Amino acid sequence: MAHGPAKGISRWLFTTNHKDIGSMYLWFSFAMFFMGGIFALVIRAELFEPGLQIVEPAFFNQMTTLHGLVMVFGAVMPAFVGLANWMLPMMVGAPDMALPRMNNWSFWILPFAFAMMTSTLFMEGGAPNFGWTFYAPLSTTYAPDSVTFFIFAVHIMGASSIMGAINIVATILNMRAPGMTLMKMPLFVWTWLITAYLLIAVMPVLAGVVTMMLMDIHFGTSFFDAAGGGDPVLFQHVFWFFGHPEVYIMILPAFGVVSAIIPTFARKPLFGYSSMVYATASIAFLSFIVWAHHMFTVGMPLFGELVFMYATMLIAVPTGVKVFNWVTTMWRGSMTFETPMLFSIAFVILFTIGGFSGLMLAIAPADFQYHDTYFVVAHFHYVLVPGAIFSITAAVYYWLPKWCGKMYNETLGKVHFWLAFAGLNITFFPMHFSGLAGMPRRIPDYNPLWADWNMISSIGSLLFGAAQVLFLYIVIRTIVSGRKATDGVWDGAEGLEWTVASPAPYHTFTTPPEVK
Amino acid sequence: MDTKDTPSYYVPEQSKLPLFASLGLFLTVFGLGSWINGSGNGSTIFLIGFALLGFVLYRWFAIVIDENIRGMNSIKLKTSYVWGMGWFIFSEVMFFAAFFGALFYVRTFALPWLSEGPTSEILWNGFKGEWPLMETPDMAANGSDAAMSGPGENMSNPGLSHWLGWLPFWNTSILLLSSFTVHFAHTSLKKDDKKWFNIWLGITVALGIIFLVLQAEEYRHAYADLGLTLNSGIYGTTFFLLTGFHGLHVTLGTFMLLVQWLRSVFKGHFNHDDCFGFEASSWYWHFVDVVWLGLFVFVYILG
Amino acid sequence: MLIRSNRSLSLLLACLILAMLPGIGSAGELQLNMTEGVTAVSQEVYKLHMTILWVCVAIGVVVFGAMFYSMFAHRKSRGAKAANFHESLKLEILWTALPLFILVGMAFPATSTLVKIYDTDNADLDILVTGYQWKWKYEYLGKDVSFFSNLSAKSKDQIYDGKAKSEDYLLDVDKVLYIPTGKKVRFLVTAQDVIHSWWVPELAVKRDAIPGFINEAWTRVEEPGLFHGQCAELCGKDHGFMPIMVEALPPEKFEQWLEEQKAEALAVAEAAKQTLSFDELYSQGEAVYNQYCSACHQANGQGIPGNFPAIAGSKVATGELSGHLSVVIKGVSGTSMQSFADQLTPVEAAAVITFQRNAFGNNMGQSVQPIDIVKYQQGQ
Ligand code: HEA
Ligand code: HEA
Ligand code: HEC
Ligand code: CUA
Ligand SMILES: [Cu+2]
Repeated sequence: MAHGPAKGISRWLFTTNHKDIGSMYLWFSFAMFFMGGIFALVIRAELFEPGLQIVEPAFFNQMTTLHGLVMVFGAVMPAFVGLANWMLPMMVGAPDMALPRMNNWSFWILPFAFAMMTSTLFMEGGAPNFGWTFYAPLSTTYAPDSVTFFIFAVHIMGASSIMGAINIVATILNMRAPGMTLMKMPLFVWTWLITAYLLIAVMPVLAGVVTMMLMDIHFGTSFFDAAGGGDPVLFQHVFWFFGHPEVYIMILPAFGVVSAIIPTFARKPLFGYSSMVYATASIAFLSFIVWAHHMFTVGMPLFGELVFMYATMLIAVPTGVKVFNWVTTMWRGSMTFETPMLFSIAFVILFTIGGFSGLMLAIAPADFQYHDTYFVVAHFHYVLVPGAIFSITAAVYYWLPKWCGKMYNETLGKVHFWLAFAGLNITFFPMHFSGLAGMPRRIPDYNPLWADWNMISSIGSLLFGAAQVLFLYIVIRTIVSGRKATDGVWDGAEGLEWTVASPAPYHTFTTPPEVK
Repeated sequence: MDTKDTPSYYVPEQSKLPLFASLGLFLTVFGLGSWINGSGNGSTIFLIGFALLGFVLYRWFAIVIDENIRGMNSIKLKTSYVWGMGWFIFSEVMFFAAFFGALFYVRTFALPWLSEGPTSEILWNGFKGEWPLMETPDMAANGSDAAMSGPGENMSNPGLSHWLGWLPFWNTSILLLSSFTVHFAHTSLKKDDKKWFNIWLGITVALGIIFLVLQAEEYRHAYADLGLTLNSGIYGTTFFLLTGFHGLHVTLGTFMLLVQWLRSVFKGHFNHDDCFGFEASSWYWHFVDVVWLGLFVFVYILG
Repeated sequence: MLIRSNRSLSLLLACLILAMLPGIGSAGELQLNMTEGVTAVSQEVYKLHMTILWVCVAIGVVVFGAMFYSMFAHRKSRGAKAANFHESLKLEILWTALPLFILVGMAFPATSTLVKIYDTDNADLDILVTGYQWKWKYEYLGKDVSFFSNLSAKSKDQIYDGKAKSEDYLLDVDKVLYIPTGKKVRFLVTAQDVIHSWWVPELAVKRDAIPGFINEAWTRVEEPGLFHGQCAELCGKDHGFMPIMVEALPPEKFEQWLEEQKAEALAVAEAAKQTLSFDELYSQGEAVYNQYCSACHQANGQGIPGNFPAIAGSKVATGELSGHLSVVIKGVSGTSMQSFADQLTPVEAAAVITFQRNAFGNNMGQSVQPIDIVKYQQGQ
């Protein structure tokens, strides 16, 4: 049992250790974030001013599609799985993940899946060009040949996610240390448990819908073809039945991260722990019955429109509970503002702004004006970038000292934060305006009416990108030459992960700790 | 043993299996994709990948079984396997849910919409859809030029009096029966009656195979006699995809049970409190059975 | 350290605002907000938008206000000692109930507007709107008038020219959709190939055009005016290049326009009887090709490998004429090669086919006359 890390490359290739696998997930996701970011910069460069300058429309669409897919499936989801791998066993007092070999399998599928997906860029006819939502029949009858590889990439990526989620459920439900009751688990564990259920429930549906596409494209079926009695809108229903829970898959673990960090730096326990748990569960439940808010303009019957509008509006309630609890946690605390806290506070503010625009989108009649404009793009970047990405960044700063035993440079961390904060708002806030002023999304060229906002966005994206390069530098510098971190690291931090040494030993909790 | 050094939970040494399983999976789907797209060596890559994946999985299960026999698996680890299998089956349920959902949507929404108002009048020449869909919208609009022509006949319920000559009825009976036989195998095993365990399990596998043969016959009949194919509009689409994926799952389930039977007969594995491989396979079998009941009701009886 | 970061905060905020100023300063009519529009419905939608916006702003002020106050007052550097409270059922109930209450209040006006949007009955005029890659077809039902509407040549020429763009760049079309004022106009929206979405902000009409299904939408414009819109669903390569123009005309003028359209249709039929010289056909064909075909087959006839076949050396363009006619007139079903029977007049069709058979190195030396097109269509 006392086997330590193996020497050389084989440590990483064949590992069964949750910490190694967690690190690999995180690095992979970082690489994908940069790749998706470069695609985004191509988009922003072309949109810098009206007229076509840099890329052709056909290629622009491939960039949009791959940017969305890579960010969602390659950057955000694996990053959270990486955090789960590192932290869950330590947080519940387990020696490792429940099924360590399967854990490594879940990881290694991903590089292959994304290699296959991005290799489509070099195929004749080009990469998928139908948006990350790949609506039929643009993605079936009218798609380039590479769509077949896209479909199979989604299949195996889904398999990876399902295996990862099952592993997490088994770890949390089965491997808690004695005394670690469900209602004593850190919120990060709770949010991941619920996220894992979302994954197990919806990834197979995604697999189902791409399978239907495959059949329509190659085997003559008519799921999405009215001529045979099918319906293109059926695609959208099945896709969004997956797609909406998917966006909560990208935010629930973020809630968990922030719920760990804010109490630490407010030096005060999380306010309303149990209501946080119930709110998370309610959000997850509601996420299954709101999917058609992405489809308000497809011509659903009035009744359906109303039901989905009401259900969507309801989600604001449990989400609000979370926001209020965070604010109250800070209230009358004794706050300091180290980098993780800065990112977490920015998360609360900017995510809430993104949530507000989400609520506006939920008002169906108004969505007739917002839908498929940059207003939507602004909404989801506000929930995804300062939402998912900031929380991941916060988590890295927060736990990095525990992972590598070394402290990052606080000044650099703060510079990173302010650059990212400014860059992000300059990039995405103007999109609200261009969207309201009528700029459709997914277009490579546009009317001069929106030129100013787009130029500002493009400049902001460079700033934001530069901030991320700095982030990479900070992380590497910390690992290579950071000064030594203490075991407790933070003043107010609580939880099992802070009871072990920094860096955390290769195997932690081979005998379970007692939790009082 | 010194309890202090005994790990509470067995964490395996590093393993080559996951990486090669990933490689196998990748080659399988990459080959399949190239093959479908008509590229020359796609089928070869597919076969290599599939063989690799199969071999790795074989090794993987062999190692897990071996670890169990060597007593490395604590109760806790076994519980993890139970959770793992349980939630895997749940994910499979959701996969089928997508296809049942599609069937439901088409019948309750899409076809009525195609059959009424300007959609029917302007686009589809007054098309009126009924389930099972024998005349597609394409046929209503384009007559004999239609690319999507409906089936000549369908598979739906011929009426109770004809059930004895109706294949799906027999398939249902076979699968239901097999659920009982696999349960009997389980109770025999709980009593450590290995002889009857082997017999009941053997019968179950045989029933699974008979089911598959009958299903193949049904497909042949559909293609050759009824003109019911993947191309015959949404009826054929949902019929083949639902029964097809079910069939694939029966194939997998039968294979799993067969492996357990071989283990029991030739290796003497399993006793009353150590039989997870068998139990997991039998849960899977029950799941496949339940899906069939759904199919029988929604695809055949209400078809 | 903390003080320093405070200073850097204000500095960065200043930079942020500065970065935005030139943008705000330079354009006179910089639009920040949703178009109010010209119909009763669009104005109701605008009001809804403003209400929910202000509700969110108000909640934001309260929540962020409390947070900023706390961040200021309860910081360790000011000697704040942490309290230890961490639960209050009363508060939890309060902040569950209050938002719920606000949302219910919001649901009423939203529902009533939605009901109005869905009331498509009793229309005075029906227009069938069909989305194509990448153009719109308009058909006045029962009036015998229909036409296609493409991005204007003026905009097309500006795309790559690297110069400043005109004010209606990418928003102007070759043929405007006319509707009568004061009448309830119903749009029956559908598509030929992939999903498009017909959107005119000033009418607050956005309806997805789903191939094989017809969606309904309506509008009633009281005053004459010209309104721009765009396709609002990703529909392939030129999704960004399929604008919409709707002009509301007083009913008399509208009727007059309808009559003119009918007269024009007769003229087209008349023109189909003439015989043209090869050179006439070729040069007119080149113009037609650049307007209708080059989006896919490219100006140089090379197509885009894997997406759109080349015309240069194409087996169809250098093979039997009947095959070529079939592809162009009937289209190839299940591909974006649509039927051009209704989009091109017989003269234009004859010209473009002549052009394709003789350009890009396809030296068939053969000309096709309008009458050949008419005959082919009648043979169908
Ligand atoms: C992390 C991802 C994430 C999250 C968390 C959300 C959260 C929400 N989203 Fe968003 N959404 C996306 C990612 C996300 N979304 C993406 C990617 C798309 C586009 C997909 C595509 O087309 O490509 C999208 C699109 C999208 C649409 C479709 C728009 C369109 O295409 O026309 C809608 C419509 O209803 C919507 C609504 C909402 C709502 C109501 C929430 C709510 O959960 C928000 C709730 C939060 C708050 C409201 C703030 C805090 C609450 C309070 C302070 C309490 C008090 C408040 C009030 C009473 C107002 N989203
Ligand atoms: C988590 C998900 C996520 C994240 C993090 C981002 C991050 C970014 N996104 Fe987004 N985006 C989506 C998810 C995401 N996006 C989705 C789902 C869509 C919809 C797709 C669709 O319509 O189908 C979309 C669409 C989308 C559009 C609309 C495209 C269109 O409609 O045509 C735009 C336009 O500006 C955009 C921009 C950006 C930018 C500038 C960033 C930046 O935050 C990225 C910053 C990162 C970097 C820049 C990389 C790091 C730096 C380097 C690589 C070094 C080089 C750079 C410098 C030195 C400056 N994205
Ligand atoms: C929206 C895209 C699009 C437009 C616009 C378009 N085409 Fe095509 N065209 C296609 C596609 C796609 C094919 C391939 C169809 C197939 O798969 O057989 C094609 C095929 C053809 C072919 C046969 C080429 C071959 O070798 O197979 C000819 C000839 C042709 N088009 C002529 C025209 C003419 C003339 C016009 C304009 C009046 C035109 N096309 C406009 C997309 C387009
Ligand atoms: Cu048509 Cu977008
Ligand atoms: Cu959603």
